[in-house]
Amino acid sequence: MDIALFSCLTFLGSTTAGFLGALTGLGGGVVIVPLLALVFGLDIRYAIGASLVLVIATSSGAAAAYVKEGFSNIRLGMFLEMATTFGAFLGAALAGMISTRIIAVIFGLVLLYSAFLSARGHRTGVTEDTPDFLANSLHLDAAYPGSQGLVPYHVHAVPTGFSLMFLAGTLSGLLGIGSRAVKVLAMDQAMHVPFKVSTTTSNFMIGVTAAASAGVYLNQGYIDPGLAMPVMLGVVLGSFLGSRVLVSSRTRLLRIIFAGVILILGFEMVYNGITGRL
Amino acid sequence: MNDKRFAISDAGIDELIGGLLRVGVVVSSLIVLIGGGLYLKRHGTELPNYHMFYGEPSELRSVLGIVKEALSFSGRGIIQFGLLLLIATPVMRVAFAVVAFMIQRDRIYVGVTLIVLSVLLFSLAGGGR
Repeated sequence: MDIALFSCLTFLGSTTAGFLGALTGLGGGVVIVPLLALVFGLDIRYAIGASLVLVIATSSGAAAAYVKEGFSNIRLGMFLEMATTFGAFLGAALAGMISTRIIAVIFGLVLLYSAFLSARGHRTGVTEDTPDFLANSLHLDAAYPGSQGLVPYHVHAVPTGFSLMFLAGTLSGLLGIGSRAVKVLAMDQAMHVPFKVSTTTSNFMIGVTAAASAGVYLNQGYIDPGLAMPVMLGVVLGSFLGSRVLVSSRTRLLRIIFAGVILILGFEMVYNGITGRL
Repeated sequence: MNDKRFAISDAGIDELIGGLLRVGVVVSSLIVLIGGGLYLKRHGTELPNYHMFYGEPSELRSVLGIVKEALSFSGRGIIQFGLLLLIATPVMRVAFAVVAFMIQRDRIYVGVTLIVLSVLLFSLAGGGR
């Protein structure tokens, strides 16, 4: 297989991943690394380098559509980015020190967790109306546009959310993914931020978090232009097409199928990591 | 605190930033596409070598090296420059937020965004080596 054919196949795989990622809201990063490492047999460090690039592209691409809706909470995002960027920097530095087998196992576990979350679907957290002192003094409380005007909400459990975001950032830097699942968990479940707000704010944070690891990846030579080129172009095209398709009732079925694929990839990553084939 | 005024200026800045991000993605994709064309034309028939990790050559690892490579019309250099531009879009977004919070005289968040911006710039400047 020469470089031209390899680029074509990677481009097609990335377009599909971007398309499904945009349609299901799970992002494309989680499937690109297993695709490159398991199917094409690439060293996992090249795979996570290319994946990180696509994470930034999808985040920035989707953010342009999101900001118009007015759901994202910029103050909350910026505040939590202090945790994610430090975590991402640390995670990216760790990626250079840890054996690729351990990275593969951790990656597999994150995939299994994401599959579990997306199959379960979204659960509405308990809505409390009592303001939180810390959230209030940091001006984190805001309002989002509802069907009958602005709906105000209170943010809770700031220290827990902040710690979870540090973990999300570390995983993002270590694995070259957006760790959307952990970010939404932190905001949605721990901080009781409304679902629409948590998804759009986490999307905005993903790009900034990934940029913090990107510098380290670049300096350590993980970002290969010949590999990142078809991956980035494919995912940009795929997620653009995905966002154009009307959301229908089939999305539920698609989510389950996609979750099944992630589940299988997760087991494969753990298995190959333990047996030392990655 | 005058919440209404804050909300309006936030929305205006958001729209500006949303446009900036979209332009960033489109421009960097085009540069990657041009570099990719050159790269495939010159090296398309060679064999890919990603099974073992060697890391990139030093000139493709730093901001200055990448700019130099791109100016010498190397396909890989041009792609890497496009990727660098893509990485810069969220950094620009944070820089915009610093200015926005300064205009709003929100001291806490000027500090918060400056911390985030410093981590990003430190990482890009090679602090993680």
